[in-house]
Amino acid sequence: MSLIVFFMINFVGDPVDMLVNPESLPEEIERVRKDFGLDQPAHIQYWKFLQGAMNGNLGNSFIFGRPALALIVERFPATLELATCALIIAIIVGLPLGIFAGLKPNSFGTRIIMSSSVLGISIPTFWLGLMMIIVFSVILGWLPVSGRGEIGSFLGIQSSLFTYDGLLHLIMPATNLALFKIAMVIRLARAGTEEVMSFDFIKFARARGLPSKRIVRFHLLPNILIPIVTVLAIEFGTLIAFATVTETIFAWPGLGKLVIDAIINLDRPIVVAYLMFVVTLFLILNLIVDIMYAFLDPRVRVKGEDQ
Amino acid sequence: MNKSFLKVVTFVVAISSVIGFSSSSVLSDDLKVALAAEPTSMDPHYQNLTINNSFATQVYNALVLQDVNQKLLPGLAKSWKPIDELTWEFKLRPGVKFHNGAAFTSEDVTATMKRAANVPNSPSSFATFIKGKKFEIVDDLTIRISTKKPNPFIPNDMSRIAIIDSAFVNSTTEDFNTGVASFGTGPFKFSKWLPGDLIEIKRNNAYWGDKVKWDNIIIRPIKDGTTRTAALISGDVDFIERVPPSDLPNLEKRKGISVFKSVSNRSLYLTLHMTDNPRRPYTMDNNDKPIASPFQDVRMRKAVSLAINRQAISDRIMDGLSSPAGQFSPKGYIGYSPNLKPDVYNPKRAKELMAEAGYSDGFKLTIHGPAGRYTNDTRILEAIAQMLSSIGIQTSVETMPASVFFKRFARGGANKTPEFTVAMSGYANGSGEPSHPLRIFIHTKQKKRGYGPGNRNGYSNAEVDKLIEDGRASMDVSKGEKKFIKATEIAMREYALLPIHHVVATWAAREGITYEQGALDSTFLHFIR
Repeated sequence: MSLIVFFMINFVGDPVDMLVNPESLPEEIERVRKDFGLDQPAHIQYWKFLQGAMNGNLGNSFIFGRPALALIVERFPATLELATCALIIAIIVGLPLGIFAGLKPNSFGTRIIMSSSVLGISIPTFWLGLMMIIVFSVILGWLPVSGRGEIGSFLGIQSSLFTYDGLLHLIMPATNLALFKIAMVIRLARAGTEEVMSFDFIKFARARGLPSKRIVRFHLLPNILIPIVTVLAIEFGTLIAFATVTETIFAWPGLGKLVIDAIINLDRPIVVAYLMFVVTLFLILNLIVDIMYAFLDPRVRVKGEDQ
Repeated sequence: MNKSFLKVVTFVVAISSVIGFSSSSVLSDDLKVALAAEPTSMDPHYQNLTINNSFATQVYNALVLQDVNQKLLPGLAKSWKPIDELTWEFKLRPGVKFHNGAAFTSEDVTATMKRAANVPNSPSSFATFIKGKKFEIVDDLTIRISTKKPNPFIPNDMSRIAIIDSAFVNSTTEDFNTGVASFGTGPFKFSKWLPGDLIEIKRNNAYWGDKVKWDNIIIRPIKDGTTRTAALISGDVDFIERVPPSDLPNLEKRKGISVFKSVSNRSLYLTLHMTDNPRRPYTMDNNDKPIASPFQDVRMRKAVSLAINRQAISDRIMDGLSSPAGQFSPKGYIGYSPNLKPDVYNPKRAKELMAEAGYSDGFKLTIHGPAGRYTNDTRILEAIAQMLSSIGIQTSVETMPASVFFKRFARGGANKTPEFTVAMSGYANGSGEPSHPLRIFIHTKQKKRGYGPGNRNGYSNAEVDKLIEDGRASMDVSKGEKKFIKATEIAMREYALLPIHHVVATWAAREGITYEQGALDSTFLHFIR
């Protein structure tokens, strides 16, 4: 993975052209090339990168002159809180709507839910983001346009979740980011509900005269959650990795902005470190999903104990 | 019951105290500004980059300051003069204090020069302005700068280096980012920087110059132009730079918003390859056989210039936000020649010139440019291709990301020579000295002497070279400028480059705020009033 990323990005342009002010003297250009190790052939640069990576050093950012990994870790909390809120919104809104649609497939409400979920999937994020800004900030004046707002601290964690101002700033970007996921959760929940509702144990539960609230909560929900958790965990990774568009529009000081600027300005160490970071993140998320299966699905647990 | 009621009350109190707190801070004179980009560091010597430099002028002063048209003004030096052919003497301003209370003396100048030339990991250092100069302390408030060859531009070079307190000569870039070392003498004190989120600065009440109006300024980087505009309209911020052209008419009509525009020194130009050494693969005859560059003939270069409808580019593509150009400098700016007018669109004359040069049947051409680097760059290039096709040069366009373009533009061809026959690029004079574009683009390429690093088309004229070198050796700056204007006139009449336009820079603010703008398109906060 690191090999592919490293060599791919080495083919694109020359960072020195992007960094050094054109009015500089030729010596200055040579100095920068040498200081950043760009005068070496690509395979030697890669070898040096690997040596550094073994010690947890993914190189210094060309632009900021600081360790690339430190920059990423610094920006990560902002993206994490945005992605987490988006995920929570997606579940809170998407799950009940999806279950409703699955339970009453022919009702008028279902038709509205399903057609708006099509919109949610097909409307481009950036357009919707701009529309939200125009409606809620410019016309109605309810919400701030951009940025992270005041940052509060709670149990040593710094986040805009802990201040009123921060929450106001968070609502729009998080909803914007969540919209696509809401549509997805609705579809997953509806498909799951339709499938599970036709199973025998639900029919038996009905026959026993259990109230439908109880059926939904204790018989339906655990069964449809398994595919939803799997998909959402992976989607959580993509929320973090691809929040870029939303972050750009709402000027959210997270990872996305850092990476976009790094790509435009050929700040290679940041791009490489970011991709390494995202790969690791996906691996961890997959692991968490596997562990969560054990909690949600007794069959996985029992199998393990049998052997 | 009682308990939950108490909870509600505390919650309400907590919220209202937050709101109350934020509204009370509105009473002082605060300004919120949204800029399109943010500095890469708070260390004024870390990177020679426009946004870093313009921000540094708020917290730091240089010996010499520049006004909005880059005319030199006394800064931390109250006067300067050459005392012989090789030496300048700077008299420093007495009684100036750094934000930490330390007094400013000549020690600080020499310490700054030592640091600024050698910042570790700098992606583009200030060494260019410092190397080759000897700094000598005469007394606490006098300093002499000498060079091996006469250099009339030492005051310009000194206007580029932010002076720091000598106590911080060994401080790291990180120390400046966190504020441990960021004490200047400028109109604002550095308060805090949250990268990607905001920068906060406070008024320096002990400033030696005109005091600024604002108690606090919060600067927010908002990259997206539409979001920036929305932030202004909704009142989130009071002042923005770079209004997107499509939003400008709406903002101008809107009540409660003022818009500021000025022609900047940021120009767009075409360069036409004018040698056959080496031959570049982007001109072909009508049978697709590569031919030598037709632009070796000045008549062909003129034909291209006459075929470009600069006014139409300004009206139709730039929404009026560009001013057709016939030279590097806009009107009123250093090095401007009143004798050079932008070429007026004349396709008939262009065709005649092509016939005279022996190309009446036309030929095929590929032109190159960056995509997304300059305002509307791709659309302008496409328009130019159409205009050239209409006089018989069948032109196709190839654009690419800036990161790819600049490498190929500089050395993508054989033996690391420039690759393109015709390419479009941009330029803005950062130094405020009139020989700058001439040294970089017009003078014959002589790498060792630092001449012609941007001369990618092989233009060479001994007379022009001599004028440039003589001007740069004359300690009398005004005499030198006359030589530079003469050199510019000759070079532009030979179409050493084809200027297309100067970009109109824009700002917008809520009513009641004014901005003093000039030929610079970056934003200087102390000019907001």
